[in-house]
Amino acid sequence: MIAITDMTALELSRALEAREISSTEITRAYLDRIDVKNGEIGAYLTVTYDEALKSASLSDSRRARGEALSAMDGVPVGIKDNICTKGVATTCASLMLKDYVPPYSATVIEKLESSGAVILGKLNMDEFAMGSSTENSALGKTRNPVDTSRVPGGSSGGSAAAVAARMAPYALGSDTGGSVRQPASFCGVVGLKPTYGRVSRYGVVAFASSLDQIGPITRDVRDCAAALQLISGFDGRDSVCSREEPPDFSGCLGLGIEGMKIALPEQFLVEAVAPDVRSSVLHAAEICEKLGARVDVVSMPSLENALPTYFIISSAEASSNLARFDGIGYGSSAPGIDSVDELYRKTRSMYFGPEVKRRIMLGTFVLSSGYYDAYYKKAVRVRTLIMREFNSFFERYDIVMTPTTPDTAWRFGERKSPMAVYLGDVCTVPANIAGIPAISIPCGADAGGLPIGLQLFAKAYNECGLLRAACALEDEFGGSGE
Amino acid sequence: MSRIYEAVIGLEVHIELKTGTKIFCACPTDFGAEPNTQCCPVCAGLPGTLPMLNEKVVEYAVKAGLATNCEIARYARFDRKNYFYPDLPKAYQISQYDMPLCERGHILIATGDGEKRIGITRIHIEEDAAKLVHDDRYGTLIDLNRAGIPLIEVVSEPDMRSAAEAVAYLKKLRSIVLYAGISDAKMNEGSMRCDVNISVRVAGEDKLGTRIEIKNLNSFVSVQRAVEYEFRRQVAALEAGESLIQETRRFEPSTGRTFSMRVKEDADDYRYFPEPDIPPIILDNAAIKRISASIPPLPDERRRTYMEKFGLSAYHSEQLVLERSVSDFFDAAAALTEHRQILASFILSEVLRYMGEGDAISVSPAQIAAIADMLGSSRINGSGAKKLLGALWDTEGDPAELISALDLEQLSDRAALAELAKRTIAQHPNMVRDYKIGKQSALKALMGRAMSISGGKANPEILRELIVLELEGQ
Repeated sequence: MIAITDMTALELSRALEAREISSTEITRAYLDRIDVKNGEIGAYLTVTYDEALKSASLSDSRRARGEALSAMDGVPVGIKDNICTKGVATTCASLMLKDYVPPYSATVIEKLESSGAVILGKLNMDEFAMGSSTENSALGKTRNPVDTSRVPGGSSGGSAAAVAARMAPYALGSDTGGSVRQPASFCGVVGLKPTYGRVSRYGVVAFASSLDQIGPITRDVRDCAAALQLISGFDGRDSVCSREEPPDFSGCLGLGIEGMKIALPEQFLVEAVAPDVRSSVLHAAEICEKLGARVDVVSMPSLENALPTYFIISSAEASSNLARFDGIGYGSSAPGIDSVDELYRKTRSMYFGPEVKRRIMLGTFVLSSGYYDAYYKKAVRVRTLIMREFNSFFERYDIVMTPTTPDTAWRFGERKSPMAVYLGDVCTVPANIAGIPAISIPCGADAGGLPIGLQLFAKAYNECGLLRAACALEDEFGGSGE
Repeated sequence: MSRIYEAVIGLEVHIELKTGTKIFCACPTDFGAEPNTQCCPVCAGLPGTLPMLNEKVVEYAVKAGLATNCEIARYARFDRKNYFYPDLPKAYQISQYDMPLCERGHILIATGDGEKRIGITRIHIEEDAAKLVHDDRYGTLIDLNRAGIPLIEVVSEPDMRSAAEAVAYLKKLRSIVLYAGISDAKMNEGSMRCDVNISVRVAGEDKLGTRIEIKNLNSFVSVQRAVEYEFRRQVAALEAGESLIQETRRFEPSTGRTFSMRVKEDADDYRYFPEPDIPPIILDNAAIKRISASIPPLPDERRRTYMEKFGLSAYHSEQLVLERSVSDFFDAAAALTEHRQILASFILSEVLRYMGEGDAISVSPAQIAAIADMLGSSRINGSGAKKLLGALWDTEGDPAELISALDLEQLSDRAALAELAKRTIAQHPNMVRDYKIGKQSALKALMGRAMSISGGKANPEILRELIVLELEGQ
């Protein structure tokens, strides 16, 4: 018999509905698995044992009464530690919020709870979601379950590692420039960044407000559709959250991709992309054609400007969003201070890590008077150009296909230069800049056996088309990245 | 002083909008609540919270713009003003920078030389900061009740030339927002606060002098005194050959002087950028028309009505419209009597004296209209009307009944008054002597005695005529 922790979220849901298993059994299995594996993998910063078992027991009672809140009632989930959970520490993997316990829950947490989800705990990440390897966590090291000498990617490294290591059937991450898709790619699982506005941002600790979006990390595309269903929809607490009624995402699956038009930008088939990655993507393109889709190699010149645009806009917004951590209202506060200016300086010097400081300084610089026009204002203009280019491509194509990352997971400490790390985000940031949905699915492995991710973009609010194409390819690749 | 100087004054006025709930969350905005009882994670700027714009704030700000003859933007947006201060929970204030909601307006003020037009540069929306409370035992404490209260900032052109004009502008602005119904505009409670920019120059010169900003003035008197002091200080400095520096100063009401707070040598860099959490404000003509239709008649319009339709003096008209409650009261009473000039004069001189500042008028328009009728038809004189008002205050009494009950009816019978005149003159031969040698005050004294004998009831015009007749006849 298949182990509980090897089942997908939907398999668990079906087993629960068939009364073959209880939520308490599932939850215990995951908590046991976490006990065994977390020492090695380091995915969780907080495990909410008692709360999880209590939620599971309540779920079982509901099901026994025939009052299940949703198909996913009783299925556990892990949460990235920048999503606020009332009464449970939400640290952003930072010394600044090491002991911070929010008095309210994020909208996505409320949505999960109201569908009966069992929260297992909070997952490690790069500090304040800034990084691509989870090495910037101030609170612990997360290892890639595929090869523990390597990073799990980031910033949602804990979320991807937890799903890959069977320590959660699925997890939530946040994606500002690729932070869901890139670790999913490195760990061999599925990661989705929904359309900006599809999922409420209320309660996710802001990194870059115009780019942040919460997304699921799952074992396969079907779970991804189901998880997206739970968290998406209008929220009166986030002004940019869409009023558009979410479609039935699972209902979009299984229709194949015959007749779909797919664009393959040549900008992401260059030498900077590792040969194994490139050939996997080209192989995926061949499969698409075999399945009846049309694939064109195209040129999207504006993509070459996406990375600098991203770093200017995201850092600018971060410098403002993170200014509130001043040692006064909440969070860590430097001791032995006698002036407020000293409090600000010391608190922020002591409790922010180097990458966070680097982004705050960069963001402060690009917004400064005298530099604003040359950097921030120009970046906003380029952003418009990138959006326009995507829009014009989506008039002719259903999907734009790229690698998720130019390379596979690297060894700890291997990438010392921030620039080298930043360059790895080149394929993922365009989706955040344009506000469009994007998914990463496993599409093979490199010579060293490390997972390679295939990334698909669709136009805004077309998660259906995106998931449909991803599901068709996943079926062809042979399942959940094993 | 060898040269004549003039002040160049512009005002920045912050006005709290009485929208009932805060600008970005549903917390109430009542004044005077226990500290930190009207706040939530959004007001506290907790990590992960987001602002949701209260649409009433935009509506009220548009009203302010329309009421001050501004152009209303069809597209406006919010920006973040970034700076660190303990009263600013997010370390940025959500405000409007280069795309404010209202621009290029004006209001009219009354001056000694007639009406003067004061330009409004812009009106923008922003959130108020928390309040810092200094406590001897605990040090500085933060009260978040004020954080997120909606404000408009009204920036004037540097069009004022004296303290009197600055105060007139401020009073007029206050009166307009009261009429528009968008704020309590109570300076003593901080729902209207004023910063003054002032420079001086030799009269007639075009070039502006060095600008000094005086922060946070919280009464009309403070504005008056601060401007007067600052004008003298700056003129004295220039006369002494000193040069002024651009700085921010604070006014100390106990000494009546201003003190330097900080020098604006290196201008603050607030690193404004568009607020990504709030979509732009988009207004169409229909929305602006709808808001415009909801604004009641404003003071200038009412003032014109008073002068043109009721024949009131410019002074009375201006006085009546200063407070909306007074003007509304006058309008209600004026509909019930033909004696509008008497009504205006009686309200301004007697009714307003009866109520303290901020109190309500505790008589009905119908009662006051009845008094105006009695005054107009000489049934009662001024002194009787005053007594009647006192008796009516806080009661539902009928003036017509009270006038007999209190025996206030005016005595206009010529024979009785002639008798009274004779008696008074006979009793005061020394006053008569004074009158004969030309002392005009003697007539007044005799009138006083006679009125007093009549218990204040005599018709003063007839009585005076009869006393003079009697004196001249002797």
